[in-house]
Amino acid sequence: MTVETPAREDAHQAHHGHSHGHQAGHGSFKSYMTGFVLSIILTAIPFWLVMGEVFESKTVTVSLIMIFAAVQIVVHMIYFLHMNTRSEGGWTMMALIFTLVIVFIALSGSLWVMHHLNANMMTMSPEMMKNMP
Amino acid sequence: MTDTKFDTSEQPQFFLEEEHHIESSTNLGFWLYLMSDCLIFAILFATYAVVGRNYAAGPSPADLFDLKLVAVNTAMLLLSSITYGFAMLQMERNAKTETLFWLGITGLFGLVFIGLELYEFMHLIHEGAGPTRSAFLSAFFTLVGTHGLHVTFGIIWLVTLMVQVSMHGLIEANRRRLMCLSMFWHFLDVIWIGVFSFVYLIGVTG
Repeated sequence: MTVETPAREDAHQAHHGHSHGHQAGHGSFKSYMTGFVLSIILTAIPFWLVMGEVFESKTVTVSLIMIFAAVQIVVHMIYFLHMNTRSEGGWTMMALIFTLVIVFIALSGSLWVMHHLNANMMTMSPEMMKNMP
Repeated sequence: MTDTKFDTSEQPQFFLEEEHHIESSTNLGFWLYLMSDCLIFAILFATYAVVGRNYAAGPSPADLFDLKLVAVNTAMLLLSSITYGFAMLQMERNAKTETLFWLGITGLFGLVFIGLELYEFMHLIHEGAGPTRSAFLSAFFTLVGTHGLHVTFGIIWLVTLMVQVSMHGLIEANRRRLMCLSMFWHFLDVIWIGVFSFVYLIGVTG
């Protein structure tokens, strides 16, 4: 179905004779299937961990879910989005790294600041609770 | 003063040795759009992380979420990702009918995903757990709703491209468009990994 015969490959090359910027974003049947199988495994395990209540400790479960999510995102990036360091002369990778830095700052910064605000809040007495709007 | 006279007998030298590729710059530009979209989702995730436990004496994720439904939803999106991959492989083979077939399957999986998500939302609102119930639910509906809206627009785009391909065939412009939608579609799947892990699974764990 998806095995490219040499003749087809040639036709393909002839059709795109002028364009070399093709390495960005074309996978093979094998790479798509690898990504798909890995994704299924990486999705099924965290669901099983939660639904089957495998671990007593919530911390262990939450950490494992985080790790599986991170690995699966990398798998998707490589096998489905065809991320690599070479496409567009490395600019897609640069944009991705820049975005990840901003995402990290936004997420950790929000959590850090809001946690401190919560911790420094005055505890509410029943009296104050009653007068709340 | 140095002599600035040029030797005109020499061949002109061009620094850009190959012709300009529209397709290539489109890919990079679209990638930059996806990255900015990623920032939108990052902020929504951050909001959810901050207020996600403010239940206002209302229901918590463990009370509300049906993980079986989420698992089916996740499977739908994952399957639609691989079928879009098949559509791209058929496009490379110049097989118009097969490309349209796999695009259609992708669209169907997308529709089932949206249908199940709308069902979940209706169910929650019906139970009195609408977006106005608590800060947690506001953040939840905003984050998951924004993702759903993206998928909806993805489906509209998909149908548009199916019409374009069936009318004009797999011309260069349509290939470029299908490539962009491919990135968009897979990107939405990446965001969904964050949603089901962070919102649903960790939410139910507590």
